[in-house]
Amino acid sequence: MNLGLSEEQEMLKTSARDFLQKEFPKKLVRQLDESETGYSPELWRKMAELGWMGLVFPEKYGGSGGSFLDLIVLLEEMGYNILPGPFFSTVVLGGLTILSAGNEEQRNEFLPRIASGDRILTLALTEPSARYDAAAINTRATTSNGNYVINGTKLFVPDANVADYILCVTRTKEEQNPEDGITVFLVDAKSPGIECTLLKTLARDKQCEIVFDNVGVPQNNILGKPDQGWTIIKDTLQKATVAKCAEMVGSAQAALEMAVQYAKERVQFNRPIGSFQAIQHYCANMVTDVDGARFITYKAAWKVSEGLPAALDVAIAKAWTGEACSRVTLLAHQIFGAIGFTMDHDLHLYYRRAKAGEIMFGDSDTQRAIVARELGL
Amino acid sequence: MDFRFNEQELAFQREVEDFIKRELPADWTERSIYWPGGYGTLAELEEVDPIIEQFTRKLAEKGWLTISWPKEYGGAGRSHIEQAIFHERMSYYRVRGGEVATLIGGPTILHFGSDEMKKEWLPKIARGEVRFWLAYSEPNAGSDLASIQTRAVEDGDDLIINGQKIWSTAAHAAHYAWMIVRTDPDAPPHKGITLLIVDNKSLGVTIRPLTNICGFHSFNEVFFDNVRVPKKNIVGEKNKGWYYVMVALDFERLVIPMGGFKRTFEEIAQYAREAKLNGRPLSQEPLLRNKLAQIAIEIEVAYMFFWQTAWMLDRGLVPNIEASVLKLVTTELSQKLANLGMQVLGHYGPLERNSKWAPLGGRVCTGYLDCISALVGAGTSEIQRNIIAMRGLGLPRS
Ligand SMILES: Cc1cc2nc3c(=O)[nH]c(=O)nc-3n(C[C@H](O)[C@H](O)[C@H](O)COP(=O)(O)OP(=O)(O)OC[C@H]3O[C@@H](n4cnc5c(N)ncnc54)[C@H](O)[C@@H]3O)c2cc1C
Repeated sequence: MNLGLSEEQEMLKTSARDFLQKEFPKKLVRQLDESETGYSPELWRKMAELGWMGLVFPEKYGGSGGSFLDLIVLLEEMGYNILPGPFFSTVVLGGLTILSAGNEEQRNEFLPRIASGDRILTLALTEPSARYDAAAINTRATTSNGNYVINGTKLFVPDANVADYILCVTRTKEEQNPEDGITVFLVDAKSPGIECTLLKTLARDKQCEIVFDNVGVPQNNILGKPDQGWTIIKDTLQKATVAKCAEMVGSAQAALEMAVQYAKERVQFNRPIGSFQAIQHYCANMVTDVDGARFITYKAAWKVSEGLPAALDVAIAKAWTGEACSRVTLLAHQIFGAIGFTMDHDLHLYYRRAKAGEIMFGDSDTQRAIVARELGL
Repeated sequence: MDFRFNEQELAFQREVEDFIKRELPADWTERSIYWPGGYGTLAELEEVDPIIEQFTRKLAEKGWLTISWPKEYGGAGRSHIEQAIFHERMSYYRVRGGEVATLIGGPTILHFGSDEMKKEWLPKIARGEVRFWLAYSEPNAGSDLASIQTRAVEDGDDLIINGQKIWSTAAHAAHYAWMIVRTDPDAPPHKGITLLIVDNKSLGVTIRPLTNICGFHSFNEVFFDNVRVPKKNIVGEKNKGWYYVMVALDFERLVIPMGGFKRTFEEIAQYAREAKLNGRPLSQEPLLRNKLAQIAIEIEVAYMFFWQTAWMLDRGLVPNIEASVLKLVTTELSQKLANLGMQVLGHYGPLERNSKWAPLGGRVCTGYLDCISALVGAGTSEIQRNIIAMRGLGLPRS
């Protein structure tokens, strides 16, 4: 067994932390949070130059051939610095999906452009039912003259407002089993008939409503095989779920560090508040939550990275991490007292993101249901 | 024992309910974003709403701002149970039935103020003409309130104040500071504090807004630069302010929007009935049912603490440990209720008010932010537990 990061991963971690802290001070993070687009094209390019967008793509697609675990290390650092922007949507939801399910032509078309920072992607999966199962897919794609026409409403689609392409999950056939008859399309976001509305959210995470009104898509833009798209999405969801955990672990770690530091500095009753047992217990609970979340996330990520069956581990990781990170940021608020309740203080940025992450890709109850199922209960 | 309201209480409850329905716009409960147990989203803080202004005037005419006060000071001379009934109904409709002067300052003056002070202040408070804000906390004196540094020195018939207060909720929307200052720096901290009333319009008072995490300007920092206050504005005796403030804090902790919990829970439960999961109402999901039931139970228990404190007041007692318990239980409930709301609403929970698709007016999203505030304000949960353990149970200090 070896539970540590490799030398390269340590280097990636350090350089990512340095870069993000230097380039994305909290003032900029807030500006991006409040902006319409949520990202800075200039810094997006810099991140591409560092090789982050292509980290997990093979070299022949303009990437650096890193592993999924490498990406997890990077995402944890992005979480630590609460980086806003469409990296997750582009690389995890879009890039990884095309890498695993796209044909050679599609990979050649998309992956180098993602790697160079020239293309932003997202995945339009959930609908007003807000569920992540195949039965929830009601957006239709019907054939017309050899091509397809998409109709329906997608909701809570991240970063669609800035995406160049949308991976749209549609129903192409009504089958007994809802997992059959699903087709994934690569849709040009500028296609006529697409209407995208930005929603205002707790974590300012640029979720959108997309209405598809007779949107034409060429047959060539089908990702994978027609009617068999759900296996692609299942695979993407698994990766995305662990990836989200990694981000959450990073930001919970940051909230923990802020709170512990404050507990050492803030004096009341002539002593640091960290000398009160109540506060000490909070800190102990927080570090237990964060470390547990990190270890269990790494385990699930390692399985995914190795191509091992990971459904159980991913669900365990998300069930734990989702609740743990919300608990941690709440306790951090408790330790900070009134100052943490001000908009000017950074803590609420973490508290907001923790809740958003907890809900994303299924909350802890949903994950525990998967755990029980995987255990054969 | 009898857990029922008596005839008079029932009639009063109906009267209050009718009054609210008649006098408030029909869509008020939809417009008001007030989260039960939160200190950061009181609608009237954003801007003094003309509807609320007018409504408050009518409440004052009926003596309902000060229901349990004696009639001679403009009160309605009713019981504390009736006052609690009033606040329960008001908060159910998401409207506040009082503020610092009527709920905290006034009752403290009734206990400790001189006759002169009672005559000067209580009637105008009861008429809703003056609003107070709480000037207790300072940057370095939060939980350790006795360590306040703001100084007041005597100068003839006046006191001259220098220092800074912070987290001053609604200071910008009120008229007078209900304030503690240090008057004897050489005495032990608790024995050199004086409680007094300071006019916001005094020369040398500067109010600077602070925005809370819900995006509201609810609190402020307030600076005092050689502010002159007549000595007659001292509440009770000089240097005894700490003891009065302990009682004022008990009054503050009794200000619980009990009906608001019930209302918000009902709305979340209704949403769960209407939302569908796999063709079935969400409320039929065993896990969620269980969680909904748990919060319903906790609300019922909280109600018991609420009525208990009112009943104590009617017997001439000031709830102390009981006030801390009520505050602790309900503020933690506020947090649990927000979490329940988030879970029931799922992906819709984090949609902010005014966003497309936001259910329940986005109140759950705002509530999820505001519910942190009350775990801190009016004495943190940790301080409440310390009070309950040490003052209440006689456990030794650490
Ligand atoms: C929304 C809001 C509105 C407010 N409105 C007003 C107002 O109108 N007027 C006013 O004067 N004040 C107001 N306050 C201030 C409030 O009273 C203080 O925030 C509160 O007393 C805590 O002080 P602090 O924030 O400085 O935290 P601190 O006292 O610094 O506490 C930080 C942490 O240390 C813990 N701690 C401190 N001492 C102990 C101990 N002995 N044992 C265990 N743990 C301890 C606390 O519980 C907390 O977790 C408001 C606060 C908020 C959040």
